[in-house]
Amino acid sequence: MNDIFTLMKSELAVTAIIFLLLLIKIGKGVRNEALLPIIQVLLLINLISGFFFNKEGALFGDMFHTSTLIAFQKNILNLGVYLISLLFTDWLKKSQHMAEFFMLILSALLGMFFMISSGNLLIFFLSLELSTIPVAALANFDLEKKRSSEGAMKMILSSAFSSGILLFGISLMYGATGTISFAEIPAKLDGSSLQVLAFVFLFSAFAFKLSIVPFHLWTADVYEGSPIAVSSFLSVISKGSVAFIFISALYKVFQPMQAVWYNMLVILAVATMIIGNLFALRQQNIKRFLAFSSIAQVGFILVGMSSSDNTGVTAVTYFILIYVFSNLAAFGIASVISEHSGKENIDDYKGLYKTNPFLSWVLALALFSLAGVPPTAGFFGKLFLLTAGAAKGEYWFITIAALNMVISLYYYLRIVRAVFMDKNETPVDKIKLNDSVKLAFIICGAGIVLTGLFSWIFDFIQSLH
Amino acid sequence: MNLLLLLIVPLLTALAVLLSANGRQVKWLSFIGSLAQLALAFILLYTFEEERATGNTAQMLFEQRYPLFQSLNISLHFGVDGISVVMILLTAFVSIAGVLVSWNIEKMTKEFYFLLLLLGLGAYGFFISLDLFILFFFLEISVIPKYLLIGIWGTGRKEYSANKLALMLMGGSALILVGILGLYFVAGHSFDLTEIAKTTIPGNIQMIVFPLLFVGFGVFTALFPLHTWVPDGHSSAPTAGSMFLAGISMKLGGYGCLRVATYLLPEGAKEYANIIIALSAIAILYGAFATMMQKDLKYINAYSSVSHVGFSLLGIGMLTQTAITGALIQMVSHGLMTALFFAVIGMIYDRTHTRMVAEMGGLMKVMPFIATIFFIVGLCSLGLPGLSGFVAEMTVLVGSWQNNDVFHRVATIAAAMSIVVTAVYILRAIARTAMGPIKNAAFLQLKDAAWNEKLAAIILVAGILSIGIAPNWLNELLRPAAEIIMNRIAGK
Repeated sequence: MNDIFTLMKSELAVTAIIFLLLLIKIGKGVRNEALLPIIQVLLLINLISGFFFNKEGALFGDMFHTSTLIAFQKNILNLGVYLISLLFTDWLKKSQHMAEFFMLILSALLGMFFMISSGNLLIFFLSLELSTIPVAALANFDLEKKRSSEGAMKMILSSAFSSGILLFGISLMYGATGTISFAEIPAKLDGSSLQVLAFVFLFSAFAFKLSIVPFHLWTADVYEGSPIAVSSFLSVISKGSVAFIFISALYKVFQPMQAVWYNMLVILAVATMIIGNLFALRQQNIKRFLAFSSIAQVGFILVGMSSSDNTGVTAVTYFILIYVFSNLAAFGIASVISEHSGKENIDDYKGLYKTNPFLSWVLALALFSLAGVPPTAGFFGKLFLLTAGAAKGEYWFITIAALNMVISLYYYLRIVRAVFMDKNETPVDKIKLNDSVKLAFIICGAGIVLTGLFSWIFDFIQSLH
Repeated sequence: MNLLLLLIVPLLTALAVLLSANGRQVKWLSFIGSLAQLALAFILLYTFEEERATGNTAQMLFEQRYPLFQSLNISLHFGVDGISVVMILLTAFVSIAGVLVSWNIEKMTKEFYFLLLLLGLGAYGFFISLDLFILFFFLEISVIPKYLLIGIWGTGRKEYSANKLALMLMGGSALILVGILGLYFVAGHSFDLTEIAKTTIPGNIQMIVFPLLFVGFGVFTALFPLHTWVPDGHSSAPTAGSMFLAGISMKLGGYGCLRVATYLLPEGAKEYANIIIALSAIAILYGAFATMMQKDLKYINAYSSVSHVGFSLLGIGMLTQTAITGALIQMVSHGLMTALFFAVIGMIYDRTHTRMVAEMGGLMKVMPFIATIFFIVGLCSLGLPGLSGFVAEMTVLVGSWQNNDVFHRVATIAAAMSIVVTAVYILRAIARTAMGPIKNAAFLQLKDAAWNEKLAAIILVAGILSIGIAPNWLNELLRPAAEIIMNRIAGK
């Protein structure tokens, strides 16, 4: 009984917050202005407590297992949710359903926690659903906007489709191995064609969630239609959680099939990087732009996954930590500007530096980090992904990845150029930032600069294995 | 000497600049900071000579090692040999001159100086790093400041040039990255230059990794045909930007070609030496002839840089000790000379608001100081004895001649012939700008150099003369380091 409280403490904490919000909501209505700080403080407490008393262990007949590394990965997601609660203050305060927003987001987070901790295919499927359905509701959060409903519809359809594929894969896997337990599957894998087929279905479901090419088609529309807070949640936290479980499934459960998935990863990584980059080149809308650039980022994550030792896990975890800071900062800027001026096109960012130097520098830092330019942490993150991927000695593969970094630099620089160099008669007005938004940008900026320079963070993640 | 000082001083200066209140403070802070850098560089030279005089013949002196990313075996490993000391001196000279000639920048002064100091920081870090990962970090750190300097404060087609420069340099970095990762795994998970130098790298790996590294670093130092960012980048950049680009950044590439590619992968270097020689001989001649066609002073210096830097690469490709020493002297000499050249062009442009040779004339009458400096730097460029250009090119050519087969001889003769072409375009440019009648009456009102410009020019001229008149101290510094590189190439 005691084990439940220690091993599942992150899940229990999130559940407690959800119920608290529910009680507040059905009790006397609390104004957004009063409720938001409470939520922010709760999330902060949740984040800080996530660093302590993490133990390794399993529950419920190995259906749920956790370790210090898993706890750290969960806490990266906690950090992301905390930052979201700060970054989108302006948008949240206007919303009529703020409590619901957090209930949904925390439910999805809970699903992700269970997913990362899952010990067999069924609990994995359940938690994946729990992490998806609330997000589909969230995508529809701008009720008055048609695009938002359209995005939600696309999201529901595509995730239902991918769930179908996943279930089919699970049933084939059960048929081929006679077990659904992650611990028992590896011993039963013998590389028969039925098992490979089942694996391909499972792989496709992951690919859907991570929007790996060719399963990426839903991404841009959903990101564009959803409120920016939801797009950022999808692109950072949702992807991060799936990447965590994906890599641990590949390395632990499907280790015997490494020859199969290594080739799949290499091909899909190359396709994802190239197609994500090429589409990002020509986007005008900042949300679509970030959608395609985040597809390309997933390509780099796959490069890191193609290693098969602990360095790969560390590199991916480290990269996602950095990605939380950099991508959320970029989405945050897009949201601030969209809230104050209604502008969402890259051309509208021209001359931003004249009126909003602070925002411009944060944006530049975030974009440089996404592009992998030193001294930002993104440089280290990308480099370690490539280092992990290079372990097999495939020079062409790493060369393609490295050259893709150059392509991505081109389009990130496009925005930098618009902000710092281009002239504009009607730039975005001077924006007075809310204190909590400012705090979030400072946290993101500090994270972008310091995560790389404080090298012990990487060593710390490596030591968690 | 503690090498970390070379990083801390520019970093603190940059931070102080960010926190300062007005443009005046920014300028003086930067000036004091770069003065401190210059002092540090001289102290380094002095302590280095002292240490060597006591008989310390270790390859690297003042080594320091701080673990960083331990699980990947990366550490901040610093150390200097003669080559690094010389390059650090060069960086300090160009930095202070760059700060001085930018004294009149009005637009976003703080940001300008911050980026300039960051560029210097990257160069110092690059030259003292003995860990390839950290070296790569410092190499890349300077790309974005260059992009912003050109894009924001530049002239002409600045956005295009800035983009082209950033993308080509990042492309080069991408190749370097792959090469470094290759070395990392071959050397048993180590980025450490001294560690990798101890391992024998299999021949087939050398054949893959050497071209990656050499071409990657080659992009930085205008290896033909990847030199195309040079003319655009240099001509669009603000004066100090061009000085840093040509004076320091291009030397990062040359240093990398020698220290990383050639030193670590001698078999690869031997295999590809002929290609390097052919490409650099083409670059020398092509650069010289292309310069003859230019009408804009900045383009003249940019194309002539391609030609001059070709001498460095030629020296490296020749793989003799004299030629490699010459290549290094050429890097320093060209760094000082081209920085001074761009400084003078900037001074002329600030006054006449044109860079077209045809629109000038008789500048000697209205601004004798600037015109005299222009004369000196031109003569240095065409290799007049007594100035640094002569020492450098002569050493490279003598070293090249030591290879006595037809191919090497032809390349050497071709390179030597470029000096004649250089004389033609330099003398013509000087004659048309400094001599003759004044073509524009408005020029009569122009003032000669201000104190800051004079100081910058004098500092750089002092550097040029110290190499030109007494090249021996430089030679003594570089020779032992070049010898170590040669020993590895010879398989000793």
